[in-house]
Amino acid sequence: MADVSAQRHRTERHGAPSEAVPVLDVQGLEVTYRGSRGDVPAVRGVDLRLDAGETLGLAGESGCGKSTLALALLRLLPVGTQVSGKVLLDGEEVLTMSWGRLRAVRWARGSIVFQGAMHALNPVHRIGRQIAEPILVHEKVTEAEAYERANELLTQVGLPAWRARSYPHELSGGQRQRVMIAMALACSPRLIIADEATTALDVMIQAQVLDLIGTLVAERGIALLMISHDLSVLSATCRRLAVMYAGRLVEIGPAHEVFREPAHPYSEALAAAFPSVGDPASRGRPRGLGGDPPDPAALPGGCPFHPRCPVAQPRCETVTVDLWPAGVDRRAACVRYEPH
Amino acid sequence: MTTTPSGPSAPAEPGAQLASARAVVWQRRKAALAAFWRDYRRQRAGVIGLVGLVLIVGLAVTAPVISDESGLDVTQAPGERLEAPSSRFLLGTDETGRSILLLTLWGSRISLVVGVTATLLAMGIGTLVGIAAGHFGGWFSGLLMRITDWFIVLPRLVLAIALAAVIGTRLPSITTVIIAIGITSWAGTARLIRAQTLAVEGRPYLERARALGAGHWHQMTRHVLPNVMPLVLASTTLEVASAVLAEATLAFLGFGDSGQVSWGTMLSRANSSGAITYGAWWYLLPPGFAILVVVLCFTLCGRALEAVFNPRLRGQI
Amino acid sequence: MAFLHYLASKLGGAAISLVMVVFSAFFLFRILGGDPVDALTRDVPTTPQERAALREKLGLDKPLSLQFVDYLKGVLTGDLGESYQYQQSVTSLIAERLPATVLLTGSALVLAASLGLWIGARAGWRHGSRFDKIQVGVSLTLWSAPTFWLGMLVIMVFARYLGLFPINGMIAPRTPPGFWPQTLDILHHLVLPVLTMTAVVYAQYVLVMRSSILDEMGNDYLVTARAKGLRDVQVRNRHAVPNALLPTVTLVFLQLGNVVGGAILTETVFSWPGLGLLAYQALRIPDLPLLQGTFLFFSTSVILANTAADIVYRFLDPRVRHA
Repeated sequence: MADVSAQRHRTERHGAPSEAVPVLDVQGLEVTYRGSRGDVPAVRGVDLRLDAGETLGLAGESGCGKSTLALALLRLLPVGTQVSGKVLLDGEEVLTMSWGRLRAVRWARGSIVFQGAMHALNPVHRIGRQIAEPILVHEKVTEAEAYERANELLTQVGLPAWRARSYPHELSGGQRQRVMIAMALACSPRLIIADEATTALDVMIQAQVLDLIGTLVAERGIALLMISHDLSVLSATCRRLAVMYAGRLVEIGPAHEVFREPAHPYSEALAAAFPSVGDPASRGRPRGLGGDPPDPAALPGGCPFHPRCPVAQPRCETVTVDLWPAGVDRRAACVRYEPH
Repeated sequence: MTTTPSGPSAPAEPGAQLASARAVVWQRRKAALAAFWRDYRRQRAGVIGLVGLVLIVGLAVTAPVISDESGLDVTQAPGERLEAPSSRFLLGTDETGRSILLLTLWGSRISLVVGVTATLLAMGIGTLVGIAAGHFGGWFSGLLMRITDWFIVLPRLVLAIALAAVIGTRLPSITTVIIAIGITSWAGTARLIRAQTLAVEGRPYLERARALGAGHWHQMTRHVLPNVMPLVLASTTLEVASAVLAEATLAFLGFGDSGQVSWGTMLSRANSSGAITYGAWWYLLPPGFAILVVVLCFTLCGRALEAVFNPRLRGQI
Repeated sequence: MAFLHYLASKLGGAAISLVMVVFSAFFLFRILGGDPVDALTRDVPTTPQERAALREKLGLDKPLSLQFVDYLKGVLTGDLGESYQYQQSVTSLIAERLPATVLLTGSALVLAASLGLWIGARAGWRHGSRFDKIQVGVSLTLWSAPTFWLGMLVIMVFARYLGLFPINGMIAPRTPPGFWPQTLDILHHLVLPVLTMTAVVYAQYVLVMRSSILDEMGNDYLVTARAKGLRDVQVRNRHAVPNALLPTVTLVFLQLGNVVGGAILTETVFSWPGLGLLAYQALRIPDLPLLQGTFLFFSTSVILANTAADIVYRFLDPRVRHA
């Protein structure tokens, strides 16, 4: 409990978001994988900014680079991957810091909630141990204290404390996801990155887990970067929403607006693919988008979306698109918003 | 959307269709072979192994041409007992005065022949059992697998020497060794092939074949076997490696034809003639080193084949 | 409850395997093995009456089925017959030689396992590095070398040329009695055989552990571990290795037969007075009761060891424990 009030205190002390050092400041991030057949650019210049307590959703299809982005923020990509640009976590430059400093920053400053269903938990360690592990790594506490805190975290995410003695395979998908959340909160980070955290769950459980994340993050003033391919999920949980395509952001703005009145044709297609429960307008057949996601190693010229875009113009093949203003606090990378 | 009427196009004449089908199959096989070779070439260790094998087999086959067989005759031994290497005898002589270089060269023939024959026997049994167990299922498969697992757990050398000792009194020694190695080596392959058979049998085209009335034998030989073959090939190569080792071991322990030269018998004689205490390293090194090289080459090739046929392993070898 | 079921099925399986061993031993050594009387009287001129008496003494005049019953009774009571060459009960011979083999094999396994598993984990973790390539090369080479040849080389280099260790045997006859001189002498004799046996077994462990670690490498829980701020070595040892050990242990136990083979060859080359040497000595004549006895003993040990491993494995893998 002391943690939560300390967090709030810290947030309030920093004053209005725009004056404080942002929790996460990404500038021109580029990630290129070195494959056996040449380089594959997965992220091609992304700028993001998150202040304390802010929630930002990042949407896109598989292969658009969003998971790569998430891993890049804590330098978790495989050795040999080329990463350039700037990633500032509470003002510290992550991409160039020493290994020792990086290990101290990981989990303590920013943690990740992975998709727990896919073996993100070690199958041969008990849950309690896995939650207590980062606490023991980053703080000088006894094992007993760390396990005590692990039990507390379990209750905060809605699981009974005796579950600490269970193994991952004994829990359901939803329970495992709650464990991932408890684990992510263990060192009271300033930033949590949720990478497809609810994707493999069925709808009811998904709603519960999203609710949990939203509440915990608001209570503690943690910045949340939520990554998903499901726009409806993101719009329900995040205040702002960014859409990613072919390694770049194509739209960013307030979540509700981006979801209901998308500025970019791709966002429109994404939004239409996921009908919102309770919204009669989207109850009609969800529309898919033809074509396949582009091959990152062979991107089309001009706007990378133009081959699949339903409103493409001849200009789209040649113009270099950028995130132009498309409304109040909104930007979209579409020629329709190109300033003249 | 309009639909174009589709139907089977009338065949030109049966003979021409058959000829073109055969040509297609042949082309496909050639392309598959070329693709296989391309993938194999990328396994550097496998290429080294292959080159080594080609050299060794070449030497073994051409031994009668490049050397004088009479030098193997104990009664015509040209040198003195356990001479150290010199310009006359590059690898010295054994305890009867024969050139070790010559012995090593000729020893390759027996070692390779026994190794390959024993492996063929083991692979034959193993493939038969494996496919049968995978194909028939039920209690029959259970029984076969019980027996197979029993053979796998049993210590190979113990069973081999027991077999060799017991049948060695009745059969010529080379045959004894081959049978002993064959019977102790088939089980691992059988298990692998059964697993692969089960995987193949799950595929739809086998169901189709059955629906068309294919009998058991036809299914097993025409459908399962060709798909299981790549795995069998990789497994066979690795088995030859252990068969050559097994031959040497059995020869060292006293089995095998003492009249014939093999690397194992050379080492056995080196041991019993006191070469070690004499310090005759030239007697010890060549045959053992030869075994090492042959086994290593077969192992490298086998691992490379595994990597080619199982892409998951490709980065690992 | 589920565990008792598992235990019962494993013990039942072991029992069936042991029964198969006993039956096949009879088949091999009595039926295929030929007439023991011929073997015993090969070099000794005997009269037909003496042979008949011998036949009766050995119970060979009874019909085969009765002989089989006698044999079963013998196996169950620990009477494995008498060795032709030593005129001593096979069971007592085995009991005499067992400690030496346990000493040699035990030491070699401990060394090979601790070194091999560590190097294998390290090599797999740094897959593709120079360390990895060298270790794989070394292991493949050691695996390809005949055990007995390595033994002879080791003797020639360290005993014959360098004179650091004795050439063979377990104890020098001139060693003074008393615990310490005897123990030190045995240890002195132990070095080269252990070195030889370890070399080959080690290679297998390296390769098996390495491939198990490689199988774990793509798993997500390792990314989670790294994200928590653990050092690379910690991720490997705390997370990857425990998971990789599970399939490794299974494979290691499956290859126990190779260890037995290695023991036989090593003891033969070094004249180490254990069960392996006994098996080799049984090949003379051939000494069928002794050969049968060692066959039964080795096969039974390996089957029991594998059964024990299967049962213990259930406790090691939490996913199976509760199934």
